[in-house]
Parts: sequence; C-alpha cells; structure tokens
Amino acid sequence: MGKVVVVTSGKGGVGKTTSTAALGAALAQCGQNVVVVDFDVGLRNLDLVMGAERRVVYDFINVTQGVAKLSQALIRDKRLDRLALLPASQTRDKDALTEDGVQSVITSLRKMFDWIICDSPAGIERGATLAMRYADEAVVVTNPEVSSVRDSDRIIGILDAKTVRAERGERVAKHLLITRFDQARASRGEMLTIEDVLEILSTPLLGIVPESEEVLRASNLGAPVTFNNPNSGPARAYFDAARRLMGEEIEMTIPTDKLSLFGKLFGRRAA
Amino acid sequence: MTSAPQPVPSARFVCRSYMAVVLVPEPPLLDWVAGIEERIRGAGRFLVGSPVVLDLSAVKLSNSAIAHLVAELDQRGIQVMGLENMDPASAGRGLPPLVRASRGATTTFDVPRTPAPAPAPKPAEAPRPKPSTLLLDQPVRSGQSIFFPDGDVTVLGSVSSGAELVAGGSIHVYGALRGRAMAGSGGNTRARIFCSKIEAELLAIDGYYMTAESMDKDLRERPVQAWLEGNELKITALD
Repeated sequence: MGKVVVVTSGKGGVGKTTSTAALGAALAQCGQNVVVVDFDVGLRNLDLVMGAERRVVYDFINVTQGVAKLSQALIRDKRLDRLALLPASQTRDKDALTEDGVQSVITSLRKMFDWIICDSPAGIERGATLAMRYADEAVVVTNPEVSSVRDSDRIIGILDAKTVRAERGERVAKHLLITRFDQARASRGEMLTIEDVLEILSTPLLGIVPESEEVLRASNLGAPVTFNNPNSGPARAYFDAARRLMGEEIEMTIPTDKLSLFGKLFGRRAA
Repeated sequence: MTSAPQPVPSARFVCRSYMAVVLVPEPPLLDWVAGIEERIRGAGRFLVGSPVVLDLSAVKLSNSAIAHLVAELDQRGIQVMGLENMDPASAGRGLPPLVRASRGATTTFDVPRTPAPAPAPKPAEAPRPKPSTLLLDQPVRSGQSIFFPDGDVTVLGSVSSGAELVAGGSIHVYGALRGRAMAGSGGNTRARIFCSKIEAELLAIDGYYMTAESMDKDLRERPVQAWLEGNELKITALD
C-alpha cells in the first residue's frame, strides 16, 4: 500500500512544486515507484517542472468525473520509468474537485505506487485542504522568512484539523523542509536562522535546501533539479531529504554545490 | 332535470416536516415530571409552547397512564403533539398521534444558558464536576483559537503569532507567548497571565487590554506575569 505525502506550505512561491518534483525524482532514483499529483487546479505548474507539458491529454478532473481512466491520465516520465505524473486541469478551478473523486483516485494510486506525492496549491481553502485530506505524512515547505514561517505554522494547525487522520484521532507525521536558505544572509541577520525557524515551528527538520540558481535552470529545462544537476547543492539536499523520508538517519548539513574537477578548472558548468 | 354534479373542492395534501423537542420520560415518572418542572423554571423556558414529542422507549405505560402523563405535562405548559416508540396497539383516541422520526433528522442542541434570576435554584445540570483547567501539551498554532471559559488554560509549548487563548481563569504558557492571551474573561479580575517568554501581541484580563506597543521594551522575551490592579494591567518580570 502506497504512502501519501502532501507537500504544502500555506504561503505561495516557497518551493512546493519544485520540492514535489525533486523529492519524487529522488525517490524514483532510489528505486521506489512514485507518482506526483498536481492539486493546483487552474494554475498547474507540476507538468512544466516535470517537462511533460506537451504530453498532457487527460487530467485529474477528467478522472474524478469519469471522463477518462486513471491509466489514461497518468504520464510516465521518459527519463525515470518509476516516476509518473497526474496533471491538474488548467481550464477548471479548485471547485471542480470533489472529496469523493479525490478519495477514489488516491485509493487507486495507493495500489499502484509506493509513494504518492501531492503538490498542494497555496492557501488554506478548498484546494489546499483537499490536497492534504488523505495524507499520511506532510512535508511543510518554508522559507526562512517571517511571512512564510507564520503561514507554515497555520498550515500545520490545519493539518491537525482537516485531514482524515486527524478526524480519526491519528497523527499526520509532519516534516519541515526549509528552502531558499542563504547561509551568508542568515549570518548577517538578514534572514531567519534554522534555529529561529525550528523554535517557532517545533517540527522535525527534513532538510535544508540552499538558495541556488540551479532551481530556475532546472525548471526552465523541464527537469526536476535532482535529475538535471545531481551534484548541485539543492539536488544533494533533496536526495538527503528523500532518504530521510524513507527512514534513513542522515546528518543534517546544508549542501553546497559540488564542483567536479573539470568544473573547478573551468568554472561552474552550464545546465 | 339532473344538473352536472358540482365539482367537490379538492383538499390540498401537503407533507411538511417540523422540528420538535423530544422528551424521554424515565421511571420513576413522578421524579421525571418534577425534574422537567425544575428545568422550565431554570433554563428550559423554551419548552413551554414549543411542539414536544414524547419518546416512550424507556417506559412501559398503559393507555391511561400515557394520557395522565400528557395531562400532567399540559398542566405545566408543555404541549405534547406526538408520541414516539409506542406500541401501535396502544394508540387510541384522546392520545396524541404516533410519530416516527425520519432518518437522520435528529439534531441535538444544548439548552441555552440563560442568566438565572436571583432566587432561582441552579439549573439542573449533570452532577459530573466540570474540569477547571485545560492542559494543552502541543504548541498552539497560528490561527487556532482556544476558548475555555470554565477555568485556567495551561500550554506546554509556545503560542504562535496569530493564535489566541481565551480563558475564564488564568493563563500559563510554558513557552513563548507570541499571540493573544485574554484571561479572566467573564469577569474574573483576579486572573493572571504567566509565560516563559513574552512576545505577545495582546494581553487582556477581564477585558482590560494592553498591546505589544505599550509593553515595556526591556520586558521583551523575558518570563513575566501580568495581573490587574484596579483597571490597569500590570506586568512584571519573573526572573
């Protein structure tokens, strides 16, 4: 039976879609069967970051409405055969999602994959609450910045209220993923430190992803950052995070870009 | 000459559902009726004049006993308009009709707590003693609102910015207090607020409040207690 993980944040633009793609690809590269699901109906981005935007025929809403079968909507990644994508609709909006429809799709996906990673939209309304509704675990993505931290705090409270697990009295295991971390700015006091964020959010840390130009490069090329440049700081951070999700204990570090000898001699390599 | 028969004006039949209060008589009946009477005096005034249905599942009554019960209630102003869970064979003229609840139509609600007039006795409540402290062993997250008018609130963790605690008694936060804390709600002027680290947005006791701006700067992030002196909120450090 697959595990459902929701990647959520409250705040927009902190790295949910990037992290969903990166974690999904990292898990697949470790041998797991993974599907990444886009819950951002109307503003879909996961298909772009995965490089599948020209292959979308049917989407999540089509499946919930019975217009298409799940197997028709799922898009297999061309580079990693254990990775699949269930895209969202771009022409509809979040009101088109129904609880029963989502439950039925999630149930089917659980039988087919080891990991179901749900890319939540920003906010605390229907789209976000439906994305988290059937989750077993949650990755809360936060920038080390005051608005993001407060919004993440809010979403953590909602994870303990509006999920099926919470309603049954069980817990949704939460993991904090700090993204766009800049050590230099944190040392100068311009940015919250890791300790500040952990003190406010009191949630176990899954990983620290450094700020990097690699993220934008990867999404422009339509590849998860773990796949596009596996030696970059963010990619290594996501690999560590994926392994921690699978239960491994890895020392917490803030990876920097690892340059190959070639790269060291001739500067940063282009994507 | 026979004329065409006059059309009989047809009577309209409409089905409509109504909300009724259901009372469940329990033996001994005399005590139960006395209890209802006391309820009416206290917080159950709404029973008088409202449509009431008697659920007879807990008692075994003959026809005349049921009629007597209905009359007793009528004397006290309670009008029984239907009987539920009664043996259909017992139904008869002179008794309110047998009714059946539709599936899923039951809603329960609490008797609103009306302020009792001075000499009136305490409204009949369950004898179970109410807890007077609410203990939360998880941090209170932004956007969460804790409302506990019955006593003290203790939090083993932090209270985030954007969260609020409202307590009838005192508030104790073993962590950072970053949100709003309102103690003594309901008139308890002796309530206090304690925390390990003050970064609160607002503190209030019995409605007298102080925002973060008015708090002494060198108290920030220190353990403090706040209390009410007259109508002024005072804060002092605990370390």
